Amino acid sequence: MDKTQLGDFIRSIAQNPEIKEGKQYLEVTVHPSGLYQLARQLKEKEEAQFDFLFCLSGIDYGADLGVIYHLRSTVYDHTVVLKTRTSDRQNPLLDSVTDIWQTAEFHEREVYDLLGIKFKNHPDLRRLFLDNSWGFPLRKDYVDDVNIVTK
Amino acid sequence: MEEKEIITTPDELQEYFINMGPQHPSTHGVLRLLVSLRGEMVKSIQPHVGYIHSGIEKMCESLTYPQIIHLTDRMDYISAHINNEAVCLNVEKALEIDIPERIKVIRTIMSELTRIQSHQLWWACFGMDLGGLTCFFYGLRDREKILDIFEETCGGRMIVSYNCPGGLMYDIHPNFQKRVKDFIKYFRKILPEYDQLLTGNVIFHERTKGIGKLTREDAISFGVTGPTGRASGFSCDVRKHEPYSAYDRVQFKEILFTEGDTFSRYVARIEEMWESMNIIEQLIDNIPEGPFAVKMKPIIKLPEGEFYQRVETARGELGVYIISDGNKNPYRVKFRSPNFSNLSVLNHIASGFKIADLVAIGGSLDLIIPDIDR
Amino acid sequence: MLPDIVALNTSPSLSVPWWKVVYDFSSLTESIDKGLHNAMSPFWSTVTELLIIGVLILLFYALVGLFLVYAERKVCAFMQNRLGPNRVGPFGIFQTIADLFKLLFKELVPIKNADGFLFNLAPFIVIIASFMAIAAIPFAKGLHAIDLNIGVLYVIAVSAMGVIGVLLAGWSSNNKYSLIGAMRSGAQIVSYELSVGLSIITIVILAGSMQLSEIVEAQRAGWFIFKGHIPAFIAFIIFLISSTAETNRGPFDLAEAESELTAGYHTEYSGIKFAFFFLAEYINMFIVASIAATVFLGGWMPFHVGHWDGFNHVMDFIPPFVWYIGKTFFVIFLMMWFKWTFPRLRIDQLLTLEWKYLLPINLVNVLIMAFIVLMGWHF
Repeated sequence: MDKTQLGDFIRSIAQNPEIKEGKQYLEVTVHPSGLYQLARQLKEKEEAQFDFLFCLSGIDYGADLGVIYHLRSTVYDHTVVLKTRTSDRQNPLLDSVTDIWQTAEFHEREVYDLLGIKFKNHPDLRRLFLDNSWGFPLRKDYVDDVNIVTK
Repeated sequence: MEEKEIITTPDELQEYFINMGPQHPSTHGVLRLLVSLRGEMVKSIQPHVGYIHSGIEKMCESLTYPQIIHLTDRMDYISAHINNEAVCLNVEKALEIDIPERIKVIRTIMSELTRIQSHQLWWACFGMDLGGLTCFFYGLRDREKILDIFEETCGGRMIVSYNCPGGLMYDIHPNFQKRVKDFIKYFRKILPEYDQLLTGNVIFHERTKGIGKLTREDAISFGVTGPTGRASGFSCDVRKHEPYSAYDRVQFKEILFTEGDTFSRYVARIEEMWESMNIIEQLIDNIPEGPFAVKMKPIIKLPEGEFYQRVETARGELGVYIISDGNKNPYRVKFRSPNFSNLSVLNHIASGFKIADLVAIGGSLDLIIPDIDR
Repeated sequence: MLPDIVALNTSPSLSVPWWKVVYDFSSLTESIDKGLHNAMSPFWSTVTELLIIGVLILLFYALVGLFLVYAERKVCAFMQNRLGPNRVGPFGIFQTIADLFKLLFKELVPIKNADGFLFNLAPFIVIIASFMAIAAIPFAKGLHAIDLNIGVLYVIAVSAMGVIGVLLAGWSSNNKYSLIGAMRSGAQIVSYELSVGLSIITIVILAGSMQLSEIVEAQRAGWFIFKGHIPAFIAFIIFLISSTAETNRGPFDLAEAESELTAGYHTEYSGIKFAFFFLAEYINMFIVASIAATVFLGGWMPFHVGHWDGFNHVMDFIPPFVWYIGKTFFVIFLMMWFKWTFPRLRIDQLLTLEWKYLLPINLVNVLIMAFIVLMGWHF
């Protein structure tokens, strides 16, 4: 499916998605409550079959924290970018997609480690690179006087 | 790294833990594997990473785009050239610059040379891990020839930093074409020797056939790309699906097998070396004339937006995802590294086999740890 | 009791000219024996003889060990497209001596909670086992320490004692990795003992005697590997494989491989004790190569072809000692070649090879050889 068809398809299965046609891929932003459902539909629906999650990035928008999923279908070779954001910076909680795409297990651990976003239903949510006493380095308000030199 | 709490139930008391620690001759790089064994059989593996985490993504947020390239060299340091190419292509795509043909062809030749030398190093270490210590010397002897070519043109053997946004740092050395042609001629005679030493060996077959099977569905679900994924039947070669640089005008096969065991992963890489030599041969004689770099502004600022570029490194699909807000530093850079996903599959495929098999499986996955940790 | 000094004019003299001693050492040994008996009482002359033999074997052991370590490094280097030791002395021949000095100066790290007595005893047991085996091997005509009439049985039995050393080393180190390595190694050695024994039995059937000097004499008309054609050749191949596994070498060195989890049973040893294990491994290799050379390839017997007297006469010109060393080092070279070419076998594949493949083939081979000897279908 090309971008417009994908856009229509997603509008039909998601609740209030914000769809934008980026330069490269179609970008879909949903509310965290609808993320898991949409992800599962995208994987299982016959016309979509997005079975390859090839990039899971965490991002700090300044006020919100978000996660971006890049999905591709090996059957139809179309790509979509799924985004979600939460404004709760103290205790961000999102749904884990590990049971849909198993690659998410390590990627979500990395996002938890570097940004502090927790994922519900993750089989083994521990920090990956850093130890427990470290903060969350990728956040924009991360201050570390010892290791980071700022002008 | 947070330690998982080990709860021992009466059944689990039969198991014992062995640490293939950060320093170990066969985990190439600082990777710690906490292996839970019952007798000789592996029950589960917990990889502990982070020993070489350098915060590359955070660093990139305070560097300019030409400076990021030097950091990518150090991620998957064996395919350094291809990593550089990924960032350059992404920046050029965002700025919508047309790259002259000469640059594309030279980048492709360099990438294929990088792929060959990466597989040579992999073969050397894989043979050594399995006990055939002679393989180590033969593989590295031939890799030296490629490294000499790199040194003459790029100035560095392993950390090359030859690409820059807009083209290349310097033009190729006058000897470059001749040396590459001589190398191809030499290596075509030598590669069958590798087969004689290892591929056809009965002991080797016993150690690798049927070991560590990875199905196609699992490969897609775990995001395993590169020769590892292609040996399981997952067609994921970025050079075929989204050709970049000069890959759209060369003929080559995508190496696919269906068995997905250690032996297929091995043969997939050997076959890839042959294909890379074919690609180089098609390009080396007809390098078009032209400039070796496009004039860029002194300070590169990407327009606002998100840009994703995929390339095929020797180990899999590297993705560079740049989110820019219009400044000279990117807002967020995310590197989708192939080894990160390849490592996640180790627990799944190595459980149920013996310790010696774990070494063989780990070697066939071809992991480079700084790429995992970034 | 003063020694009886009788007849000073019966000085020890050789019954043959000196340069013919090389072809038959028995004249030399007999004259020394006579001289000692004339000079001292029987008890003291025996003691002196034993001392002389002991010192000679010690020297031989040390020299062969030094040489083999150097040879392995050079052979391995040439196979790997590099040079090997070439700095210490001309062509690097003093390299091993330098390594020996280094090992002597290393600290002997004491292990907490290790069984001290057994820990120190283990290397010595391994060395003693190989000493005892050297004693029975014929180096040239008339040049062997003991000529037992059950020579073959003695050598096999005594080299089996090395297992005790290995298991003691693993157990007394108080280290779970050493224990795993020692268990693997012990299982491997004990399994391959069978194949070694059976392949030698095959030749004993052909030779009709277990006495090593008689086995060599019986090869005067042609080496057993040619005489016993098919079954002898099969037995030779099986012997090569089994003896490589016996000595923990080559593709069967899982117990001491560094790219596995453990360094095997000698993890905790340092300094001179480690040197003992290391040396014992090379001397064991020499011993099994000597047995192979003696039993299959004719020992010190030159290459004779049936009754071609002229040819045989030319072959006889080369001293038997040279033949023996040549054959032994040829077999050693084969063993080194295996090690540096093939990848390693896994422990269960190793044991499967022995119990499911080599043992049945061996048993059938013994039957075939017995049949051939009965029917007289050999040269």
